[in-house]
Amino acid sequence: MSELQVVPAEMERLHRFEETAGLLKWITSVDHKQIGIMYVLATLMFFLFGGVEALLMRIQLSWPGMHFLAPETYDQLFTLHGTTMIFLVVMPLLIGIGVYVVPLQIGARDMAFPRLNALSFWLFLFGGLLLYFSVFYGNSPDAGWFAYAPLTEKPYSMMEGMSFWCVGLLTAGIGTVASGINFIVTVATLRARGMSLNRLPLFTWMTLVNSFIILGALPALNASQVMLLLDRELHTRFFNPTGGGSPILWQHFFWNFGHPEVYILIIPAWGMLSEVIPVFSRKPIFGYTFVAASTVAIALLSFWVWGHHMFAVGLGHWPDIFFAATSALIAVPTGIKIFAWIGTMWGGAIRFTTSMMFAVAFLIQFTMGGVTGIMFAVVPIDWQLTDTYFVVAHLHYVLFGGTLFAVFSGLYYWFPKMSGRMLSERIGRWHFWLTVIGFNATFFVQHIVGAMGMTRRVWTYPNLPRWAVLNLISSIGAFVLGFSVLIFLWNLWVSAKRGEPAGPNPWDAWTLEWATTSPPPEYNFREIPPVHGRRPLWDLQHPESEKNPKEHG
Amino acid sequence: MHPPSVFDPHSAYAWSIYHLTVVVTILMGVVVLIVTGLVTYVCIRFRERKHPGPRLSYGNRKVEILYTALPLMLLASIFGLMIRNMDASDPIQRTRDNIVVVGHQFWWEIRYPGTGIVTANEVHIPAGKPQMFGMEAADVIHDFWVPQLGRKMDMVPGYHRDVWLAANEPGIYLGRCSEYCGKEHAWMRIRVFAQTPANFAQWEADQEKIPPIPTTGDAADGARYFTTMTCANCHTIRGTSAQGEIGPDLTHLASRTTLAAGRLPNDPADLANWIKDPTKYKPGCFMPDLGLTDEQVRDLVAYLETLR
Repeated sequence: MSELQVVPAEMERLHRFEETAGLLKWITSVDHKQIGIMYVLATLMFFLFGGVEALLMRIQLSWPGMHFLAPETYDQLFTLHGTTMIFLVVMPLLIGIGVYVVPLQIGARDMAFPRLNALSFWLFLFGGLLLYFSVFYGNSPDAGWFAYAPLTEKPYSMMEGMSFWCVGLLTAGIGTVASGINFIVTVATLRARGMSLNRLPLFTWMTLVNSFIILGALPALNASQVMLLLDRELHTRFFNPTGGGSPILWQHFFWNFGHPEVYILIIPAWGMLSEVIPVFSRKPIFGYTFVAASTVAIALLSFWVWGHHMFAVGLGHWPDIFFAATSALIAVPTGIKIFAWIGTMWGGAIRFTTSMMFAVAFLIQFTMGGVTGIMFAVVPIDWQLTDTYFVVAHLHYVLFGGTLFAVFSGLYYWFPKMSGRMLSERIGRWHFWLTVIGFNATFFVQHIVGAMGMTRRVWTYPNLPRWAVLNLISSIGAFVLGFSVLIFLWNLWVSAKRGEPAGPNPWDAWTLEWATTSPPPEYNFREIPPVHGRRPLWDLQHPESEKNPKEHG
Repeated sequence: MHPPSVFDPHSAYAWSIYHLTVVVTILMGVVVLIVTGLVTYVCIRFRERKHPGPRLSYGNRKVEILYTALPLMLLASIFGLMIRNMDASDPIQRTRDNIVVVGHQFWWEIRYPGTGIVTANEVHIPAGKPQMFGMEAADVIHDFWVPQLGRKMDMVPGYHRDVWLAANEPGIYLGRCSEYCGKEHAWMRIRVFAQTPANFAQWEADQEKIPPIPTTGDAADGARYFTTMTCANCHTIRGTSAQGEIGPDLTHLASRTTLAAGRLPNDPADLANWIKDPTKYKPGCFMPDLGLTDEQVRDLVAYLETLR
């Protein structure tokens, strides 16, 4: 148990460090745990912004011919909603949980570059606030989250909204790239003794793989945002057809970032499931190597599928077929994961904690989002359904029914570690069922209304047969969903105050973050257990597993 | 009128896509059912209360290979179906355009290169005859989508695209702009009138005529206002000095059923309301409130109603 020698003088310094207190300690913090928690809190704030934007849109769409919002307000709301949820909620939330958990899972004292870590967080926060400052400036971005030129060029977007979009996301994006570098160096250099790469906990593995995607994808976005900004402010002509530029070039650049981005938004969530499902099934993951390798396959393929966002552009059949093939291929490693999780549960002793329930709902909802994704990889189907509410349903099944359900699962799982207290399971049940009902009511009907011809990004729509009632169901579902978020926040609040004390390892889990107190001290571990396999804490309880080569990885 | 539904195909192209959509939807439904079934079974059979002692297992290489290979085969067969389908849904051989549609913020310019007819927002085609549509854009990206007749096609400024569309039988087919193009994207709707060949020929003959300029009554005053006031800066009426190219061609305005890309029905009362204050009905449109008096509006409407 005592592989790590604690130097007394070192301990002395660590204790002195603990004495600083208050808000200043948070603002000046370079501690990965505090930064991780600040990420979660900041993204919750943006989540509320994005949620309110969604509810306002759903009021406007609840019935044909509503005049609750003006068209220009609606356009700003859907742009802000998409941009917020993708860049200021899901991506930083996944990074933030990674910042908290990854060093603990590999038995490190912090990230490799703690100050860079803090810089990443503040760049994200102020990038997000800069984007939202546009609201007070008088005009928010209004050209959709993928900002197609030439609608975003000065002649068609005279106000400064789209410039705020460029600058805000550029700021946050630099922080994201820095996070990617930080994760890679952390995992490469700070793993505990004995933790070889093939023993990495899967959440850490997937965060590592994800960081490489971030390094490949984010610069494409940031470079195109600089070009767009130059077009807008200095009259260059990258994307402006009147000066020899090409609007299609923007689409290639953007989706060259945009589709890897979709995987950036889901891979760490898969990592969370790969922690939660084994622990609550009381079994190791089914087929570790396939799960780990399939993630790498997705990372590599993700850079070759962007063209499936552009089937309707008319690039020609051969480019379409190429991107259809790569997009269909990427479904295989995704399917491997779904079946690996089911295989993990098979033969287990499943404990239906709230965390596990969110994970189970993920399996079904994410599969539904996945199969509609395959439909969009089938070029002629895409020719009909792209840019309709069918896409809106698809992407919310993946990003909400998938990623956010996994994040809820992960937060119920790791909240005890972060706060030292358990989240209320009783409130958790309410939260779970209301989320499932609200989510499916909101988005399932959008498949239907999309196939019936309702296009996305319209502030009003004609009263064609059944459109009104389907939209009304969707709007009611959205309010149930909004209410479930309030219940979740209430759960966080009361449980942080009065929740049951968690103890170091409330779930009887196996990875190193559970080998220290909850919450962990600044220096994370007094001593790090020996790592002989993929489940170090299990090995401690089951010394006989020493002999099992499969535990060793 | 046929609502713009993917499930209501009226051309060989749309049928072809419809068939593929149904097949793939069924296959995907089966996948969802299998996964849901497995998850449900596992959750019931292996919950802790029923199955307290977990089996220690790290995986099973045969099962792992199986769940890699089976999806791959399923996807490969869908991919095969798709390849066979693509040329039927969107034939690659091209002919000269029958119709060129140009997307504008927020209306459609429709040109018939063969006859020189120019109209707006309402496309007339002969039923049963495949039409080669040319797609262009005047400002930002638009997308022409009438799902009953075939695939959608983006209209990208600086590019020309061609797409085959057809309607098997006469009828009115509703469609709309399908790529977000700005404030009034929602009110950029399309009507396609598929007509019997005889009716279509009649329509063509009517459209080719140049309507006479009225010489008496309110309509005569209206015609004078139109060509001497701001109207002519943006609109064309063939046979007059109004040759503006910003807004829709109004040569045969009264022959159309709707105004402002589907925003209002085309009757004298709505036309008057529209001229008085366009942005009241379509806040993002570029036609301004011209501050006309009620008499001027009455005369203009009287004139425009003669443009059959």
